[in-house]
Amino acid sequence: MKMMIEGSMGVAYMVMRCRPNVIAAYPITPQTHIVEDLSQFKADGELSGEFINVESEFGAASVVLGAQAAGARAYSATTSQGLLLMGEVLFNMAGMRLPVVITVANRAISAPISIWNDHSDAMVMRDSGWIMLFAEDNQEAADMHPQAYKIGENPEIMLPVMINMDGFILTHAVETVDIPSQKEVDEFLPPYKPEEYLNVENPLTFGNLAEPQWYMETRYKLQETQEDAKALIEKIADEYKGKFGRYHGGLIDTYRMDDAERVFVAMGSIIGTLKDVVDDLRARGEKVGILKIRSFRPFPKEKIREVCGHVKELLVLEKAISFGLGGVLQEELRSTFYGQKHQPKVLGFVLGLGGRDIPPKSLIKLYEVSKGKEISNEFVDLRPEVAPKGSLVTL
Amino acid sequence: MKEIRLHGRGGQGVVTAAEIIGQAAFADGMFALAFPSFGSERMGAPVQSFVKISDKPIRARNQIHEPDYLIVQDSTLISMIDVTSGLKSGGLVIVDSERKPEELGLKIDGRVLTIPATKIAMEIIGRPVQNTTLLGYFAAVTGLISFDGVKKAIEERFPGLIGQKNVQAAQKAFELAGEVVNV
Repeated sequence: MKMMIEGSMGVAYMVMRCRPNVIAAYPITPQTHIVEDLSQFKADGELSGEFINVESEFGAASVVLGAQAAGARAYSATTSQGLLLMGEVLFNMAGMRLPVVITVANRAISAPISIWNDHSDAMVMRDSGWIMLFAEDNQEAADMHPQAYKIGENPEIMLPVMINMDGFILTHAVETVDIPSQKEVDEFLPPYKPEEYLNVENPLTFGNLAEPQWYMETRYKLQETQEDAKALIEKIADEYKGKFGRYHGGLIDTYRMDDAERVFVAMGSIIGTLKDVVDDLRARGEKVGILKIRSFRPFPKEKIREVCGHVKELLVLEKAISFGLGGVLQEELRSTFYGQKHQPKVLGFVLGLGGRDIPPKSLIKLYEVSKGKEISNEFVDLRPEVAPKGSLVTL
Repeated sequence: MKEIRLHGRGGQGVVTAAEIIGQAAFADGMFALAFPSFGSERMGAPVQSFVKISDKPIRARNQIHEPDYLIVQDSTLISMIDVTSGLKSGGLVIVDSERKPEELGLKIDGRVLTIPATKIAMEIIGRPVQNTTLLGYFAAVTGLISFDGVKKAIEERFPGLIGQKNVQAAQKAFELAGEVVNV
């Protein structure tokens, strides 16, 4: 049913439709509404799973880890400092091969305190072994949840999945979201039946000591499984399209890329803004398109090369920075093409940190003024008193 | 696409007002995107919210810097912040005020209308929460959303007596608008 609701509520509905047995989460802005809505569903008797109140994000992550290890389907949601506090447990979930799903309402990291959106929180977890997906709008964020459980719970995968949606920009935005019926979601997502789980009849240990003769093999398997997940993420996106008629991309999605020479590369809600920008630029005769990275882990190198055969320049726009290196996404794009026959030039821009608005006119300007330039880690829309000389786009 | 920016203070329902406009547009069969610009939320602090309405799906997520319409829920903000910043030429500003538009000192290339929304809300709802009242007036003077849409959105948001009182206040403002102006 189509509803005009907040992104958080769309997610809460879809989480409920996935029938998690256990939910544990600690409220933190801008994730709070997801948890409030779920606890309301629980109080109203609509949600059948256990809702466990906890004292912190560390507790929340530990509860869902334990629940999932005991054979339950588990869910949590967090953001920013909360995600950092979950950090140790997140790595454990991947190592124990527990297909928990968490929603991250992406937000900047302290200090200074910022409750607003960027992707710094997710980037910290990029080496955790989790599958990491980024949603463009609230429909995609909602639709990602049944897909995420189906990807993670596949017996060949057994990995946790993090669904990233931009804090405030999506979580607090009211727009139309089509929520399928319980029956339809049940037909798509079967109950979770793990081959192994904590069970007194058949005692097991998860996450025990791995001596040097075994630890490396667990890491090899994690890397191998991330590679295997690539085909499954595409397959499940197609399956979802067949069932629900909606497709937001597989590992990636493209927009007006067929003959595009210059292509924007980005993740999350900025893709929507970019679509309007690309339509404007196309109307002026520019051959421009968009490459949306939907799966950041596994990182779809092969798929990106496949769609960029004719592309001359990639303009990478990212809401995070690895201090001392620069933009993470731009470096991953460069490495994607290193040593390849066809090597599009990669231009890297950092923008929208800590909730700075990204107006279309800034994107059009950076498109225009970056032509023919070599650009890395170019901060967009800095205040002029801080921006270095020669900055391309300032406030 | 039409873009509306709302200004008010924390506690006045500025974000709710944007959502109700969006829900009214949805009820009218249009596409809408409503979202807040939170500061560090606290009662009394200046708050903005945004609504975009279109006959096509809305993709751009940027804040509204050049609105077609402005709704100012608290006229004391006018001396504090540049509420009319970026208003499109010929744009419309609606202010909750018992004063005449020309007394507000707004210098814009557009029109200013005032409506004593807080006064109406106090009379009908009994609380100085004037967002729904302003929306009845907004529907009347812009025609962008229908009164039926506003009514439906308010009733869904606030079931029961409190919703009915909010609808009554919006209705009163809607009717007052007919006496003032017809766009």
